[in-house]
Amino acid sequence: MLARAGVAHVDALFADIPADKLLSGLMNLPEGQSEMAVERQLSAMAARNVSAGSVPFFIGGGAYKHHVPASVDHLIQRSEFLTSYTPYQPEITQGTLQYLFEFQTQVAALTGMEVANASMYDGSTATAEAVLMAHRITRRSKALLSGGLHPHYAQTVETLNSMAGCQSQMMTPDLMGNEDILALIDDELSCVVVQSPDFFGHLRDLAPIAAKCQAHGVLLIAVFTEVVALGAIEAPGAMGADIVVGEGQSLGNGLNFGGPYVGLMATRQKYVRQMPGRLCGETVDADGKRGFVLTLSTREQHIRRDKATSNICTNSGLCALAFTIHMTLLGQKGLRQLALANHANGVMLAQMLAEVAQVQVLNQTFFNEFCVRLPGNAAAVVEALAAKGILAGVPVSRLLPEAGLDDILLVTATETNTRADMEALVAGLRSVLSC
Amino acid sequence: MLNQQGRPTRAESSQGQESRSFTGNRGLQMDEPLIFETGRLDVTGVDIETPAPFASRLGHLARSSEIGLPGLTEPEAVRHYVRLSQLNYSIDAGLYPLGSCTMKHNPRLNEKMARLPGFGDIHPLQPVSTVQGGLELMQMLAHWLIEMTGMSAVAMSPKAGAHGELCGMMAIKAAIAAKGEAGTRKVVLVPESAHGTNPATAALIGFEVRAVPARDDGTVDPAEVAKLAGPEVAAIMLTNPNTCGLFERDIVEIARILHAAGAYFYCDGANFNAIVGKARPGDLGVDAMHINLHKTFSTPHGGGGPGSGPVVLSARLADYAPVPFVRGGQAGEKGRTLELVETQEGASFGRMSAFHGQMGMFVRAMSYMLSHGADGMRQASEDAVLNANYVRVCLNDLLSSPFGKRTCMHEALFDDEWLKGTGITTLDFAKAMIDEGYHPMTMYFPLVVHGAMLIEPTESESKAALDLFIMTLRDLAFSVQRGESERFLGAPHFAPRKRLDETRAARTPVLRWTPRLPLAAE
Repeated sequence: MLARAGVAHVDALFADIPADKLLSGLMNLPEGQSEMAVERQLSAMAARNVSAGSVPFFIGGGAYKHHVPASVDHLIQRSEFLTSYTPYQPEITQGTLQYLFEFQTQVAALTGMEVANASMYDGSTATAEAVLMAHRITRRSKALLSGGLHPHYAQTVETLNSMAGCQSQMMTPDLMGNEDILALIDDELSCVVVQSPDFFGHLRDLAPIAAKCQAHGVLLIAVFTEVVALGAIEAPGAMGADIVVGEGQSLGNGLNFGGPYVGLMATRQKYVRQMPGRLCGETVDADGKRGFVLTLSTREQHIRRDKATSNICTNSGLCALAFTIHMTLLGQKGLRQLALANHANGVMLAQMLAEVAQVQVLNQTFFNEFCVRLPGNAAAVVEALAAKGILAGVPVSRLLPEAGLDDILLVTATETNTRADMEALVAGLRSVLSC
Repeated sequence: MLNQQGRPTRAESSQGQESRSFTGNRGLQMDEPLIFETGRLDVTGVDIETPAPFASRLGHLARSSEIGLPGLTEPEAVRHYVRLSQLNYSIDAGLYPLGSCTMKHNPRLNEKMARLPGFGDIHPLQPVSTVQGGLELMQMLAHWLIEMTGMSAVAMSPKAGAHGELCGMMAIKAAIAAKGEAGTRKVVLVPESAHGTNPATAALIGFEVRAVPARDDGTVDPAEVAKLAGPEVAAIMLTNPNTCGLFERDIVEIARILHAAGAYFYCDGANFNAIVGKARPGDLGVDAMHINLHKTFSTPHGGGGPGSGPVVLSARLADYAPVPFVRGGQAGEKGRTLELVETQEGASFGRMSAFHGQMGMFVRAMSYMLSHGADGMRQASEDAVLNANYVRVCLNDLLSSPFGKRTCMHEALFDDEWLKGTGITTLDFAKAMIDEGYHPMTMYFPLVVHGAMLIEPTESESKAALDLFIMTLRDLAFSVQRGESERFLGAPHFAPRKRLDETRAARTPVLRWTPRLPLAAE
């Protein structure tokens, strides 16, 4: 092959690299290893972590431990899905395109919106993109962020928004879910960003916020981090949201230490040309047979370059596939059952924790996670319980170190928690608090 | 010809036979209806225990609106998705020569490692004491990336290449603001051959994009950069090797000019697979570069994602990196404890997504790196470049090359000069490749080359596989010369679908399934 390429040595093919910059020896890294050796090394590293499934586990706060049916992970590992590229040649990627069309339909139905895109990176980046989308639609540049928005989401919005030369107003962390957001809505705003269930677990009635927004020409962006909740609570679209964004990890996708996850985004049909990300649409082929293609790509970077609605290219295709397979297995019937099981466990856990002396459950409403006030530092309690093999929840101070909420613990129960798990948490908490 | 049981032993000619089937299927090629057309609202394929009655805490917000989504049983769902999968091309099934996409083999060890419960089933907000192995993996990957690129720091949280570009450009914007030049440095230079994400990223955060022309040989002329590099220039975004498959041979001079003008050098690392172990971007003067783990480091493309785009940064930009990041703890009694810095500190420009990054992709990439090592990764780059040059020289007597017969890096670029007057376009040629069982190359990109065909075979292909691919393209090229236009104009003839009407899709967008209206009574 070298001879055919007209060179005596492979280095001759790298002649355009300045000679003094060409590496002479190997990089200062170990040499290659056998499959068995790599497996041994990585397995040892993995074994140093406490996996969620191995202990009583109550951590949520934007990523959730759910049971994923075995067929989901089997199907997404099929070569034809796993090792295919973005479906730019639709004649030989109808599989990807059809599941994206089905995914878009499912996301639109769940959120109560007219259209959804083919996924974003995750819930936080989808929220940041939704804010920029609202600026484009309203031709205004100021966002109001509810104090119930997940702090990482709020920070992600703030970073992108300020870099894009726009403003955002973050409300103070709303521990009790009773902020007066209506009073802050005026004609200056492009959008209001409200999460429900919110970061602290409270359910928010979006209808009055939507009404006030509409009166001022402001868009309501509704956010969720726990998509299973949509099986039990009113769809944001039915309450008047203009853009709905959220995290889809709960369906089909594991915890994965924070990623990859799948961002969901849905909106009204009239705003679709301002939407970021890929869209799959129905059409016909030369024989008149139904088929699917990526469409409205004049919004996208590979066509519009610096005039595009976003720079996003790669999205979360395979995570969207896992989501849609899980959703297809559930159907609305199964999703309702799953949501009910989550809510039931949340309620059971709240009742059990309320009976622990010195522990106060703060939420009136919640789906599967809620806040409790502890008599001391929540992070210390979590650490003490971790030492006992119980992963108790998220100390709110980890995400909001300056908010004076050091005694607040965010606790989550999903369908995966057993009564025995909850009893272990209660017993562990009693013992830690009595020390 | 029949055997004794009356069974035909030889295929009969299908000439003249009706090719339509009752089902619309063709043997193993099966069409599949939408789940909304076959599923039922009262079916679920998941068994979930019904809880004992309890008092709801949903307040007045319990769902009253319909969801309207059908379910499938497990066997129905498995069949649905298996049939859909069979309508897809994939790297596992065949050569996937998409230029600038690096469709290399995805080792299955990577998948197995990512699914270890200690990696796949840990929560980003677990106490850091319970995820030391996870942090160790992130830090190890960070170390490898820094070593491979010769840079000072790496931001791990960007979720894909374009997100990495955003990260690098935000770090540059923050650095410029820290020097008090936010009001003046507003221009980003982008060569016309750049990926669309480059100008889109720069524009997204308020930079004005100014094009840099290429010279006749397809590379950027430092003299042009020098003309443009003024006090209003914030940075250049340059892909190297560039999208024409060429190494920017004046890159060191370009970096010097920019730095002298007070600007930064962002390098698009999409094509890093050509130079791993051969040259380090840090030695070339790069200030920031994203690395597509889903290209160079073999994490699967998954039909369009997820990706992962860590960004390596020079010492000039390291302080501006986003949170979170892993900090190496002190050597203590129980060994090193790793910390996770999650709150903005110092000059960091802040947070660009929830949690710590695409851990699932980190594990896969680390598995690839450990398997290959310093020696294997260098060889991978050498083989990728050799394969591309082999394809180039075996085709350049028939196909035309925009920049002459010069050596390329890991991808070979052709244009459509050779198709002139034949009535056949790059698109037709690409679609005819589908009938031969190949995914087409990247077409009509880069934009600076008319009717571009960008072929990236990667190191994964054997000589035998390349020879068959080359012979196929040569056969197609001869067919063009012979004027056999029917082989091209209607292509693909044998794919699950013929060409799709993209104009119709865009003009009247149907972006979701909607229930058909009930038929009116006769």
